[in-house]
Amino acid sequence: MVTVSMEIQILFAGIIFLIGLVGLLVRRNIIFMLMSIEIMLNSAGLVFVIAGSHWMQADGQVMFIFILAVSAAEVSVALALILRMHHHFTTLDADSLNKLHD
Amino acid sequence: MNTIFYIAAACAVFSSVMAVVNRNAIHALLFLILSLLSISVIFYILGAPFIAALEVIVYAGAIMVLFIFVVMMLNIGSEREKEYKWLSPRMWIVPVILASILLIILIIAMNDFHPERTMPGIISPKQVGISMFTTYILAVEVTGILLLAGITGAYHLGKQKKKVLHRFMLKVPVEKNEKLSEKNI
Repeated sequence: MVTVSMEIQILFAGIIFLIGLVGLLVRRNIIFMLMSIEIMLNSAGLVFVIAGSHWMQADGQVMFIFILAVSAAEVSVALALILRMHHHFTTLDADSLNKLHD
Repeated sequence: MNTIFYIAAACAVFSSVMAVVNRNAIHALLFLILSLLSISVIFYILGAPFIAALEVIVYAGAIMVLFIFVVMMLNIGSEREKEYKWLSPRMWIVPVILASILLIILIIAMNDFHPERTMPGIISPKQVGISMFTTYILAVEVTGILLLAGITGAYHLGKQKKKVLHRFMLKVPVEKNEKLSEKNI
């Protein structure tokens, strides 16, 4: 079993989360923004599993399964929206979605 | 085991950075898959084999296949020049500064955080299943409803709608109609 202290494990999850956050802030291509959101959700689940393994409770893993289901539902809807967006605007630039009409 | 943790962590951080920085969508997706796989190694050595398997099957399998399908359908390779225009190096400065401030805060918080030392062990899939279907049974059912809503939403959004110009012009395509009118003239 791992004997790395819990602080370092949570720090690792935080670094992954921050990488996803920077990607979400910087990228303008909407597919890359969605990928960054995936990275962030994954690191949030990682924190749950770390805490669950530290206190030997199964609840952390249950929460990870819920996060997995939520992210699967979110990705399917978001990718359908991206297809519609590309069909309508013929671009993937998130900044081009600044008009309410047409 | 600790060395495996550090190697997998370094691999995950590197591949996440490459997934965020890369300009080619397919390469970024492959780096994202690598990051998910190395995080699943970390799950395994943390004593969560069930979660490690789910990570590989659902995340790296199903969700990434969805992504790759969409990227191939949209034919993003032709947008490479636009990516260069969108991603000027100047745009990285402010988000990276903000993220490093957050990282410093996190390091300070982790310095003051002293959890009691416990001896972690393996949590078997059986325990997870028992906890899921007794304590969290309501949440599992709500998750089912959420997935149903996701499927319905994706189907509705992905459906191609027919453009109806007029109720009499439903069946006849436009070009055919023009040809017919030319013949009549």
